[in-house]
Amino acid sequence: MSARAACRLEQLGFEKIYDYVGGIVDWKAAGLPVEGSDKPSLRVVDATKEDVPTCDVGENVGEVRDRARAAGWETCVVVAGDGVVVGRLRSPAWDSELEATVGEVMEPGPSTVRPDASLKSLVARMRKKETPQVLVS
Amino acid sequence: MINIDRQELLRLVDSEGAQVVDVLLAYEYEESHIPGAANIPLKEFTPDAVSGLSKTDPVVVYCHDGL
Repeated sequence: MSARAACRLEQLGFEKIYDYVGGIVDWKAAGLPVEGSDKPSLRVVDATKEDVPTCDVGENVGEVRDRARAAGWETCVVVAGDGVVVGRLRSPAWDSELEATVGEVMEPGPSTVRPDASLKSLVARMRKKETPQVLVS
Repeated sequence: MINIDRQELLRLVDSEGAQVVDVLLAYEYEESHIPGAANIPLKEFTPDAVSGLSKTDPVVVYCHDGL
């Protein structure tokens, strides 16, 4: 990125342009002082709970619900064998279809957010849409 | 344009009055930057934005790690 900035400065008529390629990473690694708040913005991962219950599409809805609630959750993430999120199970589906299999009543393809996304902007979006929870993957 | 390392940066600032420019985004600059550096995010490199810099004195630009 700094290389592009240097090119741009050349175009703008600057005569002596240098690119400190090590950048702020190299500067900090050398233990040199920095200016600024030095408070990195919070990421989604900083507010993520990792103990969310998961289940398989073939499981019984009632059992999955009881298991999730016993762990203190009102939602269960449906995952494939390789851990990929394929759906979400929660009310009202898991209250009305106790004998069904998870795959029949889950919400398929729930939207997820990346762990490294900005927490601030996610919270703003969640407030706007009144979403209490969002999946992180 | 010449690629330099940390020692050369320090030398340019100390003995040649180099101007240091952080080209990262404003919020990144606010978190931490080299003391004395100005902030001109890459996307805002307009003639107006660089008007505060001397064209004849050395200018050192940097970002995270050059990439």
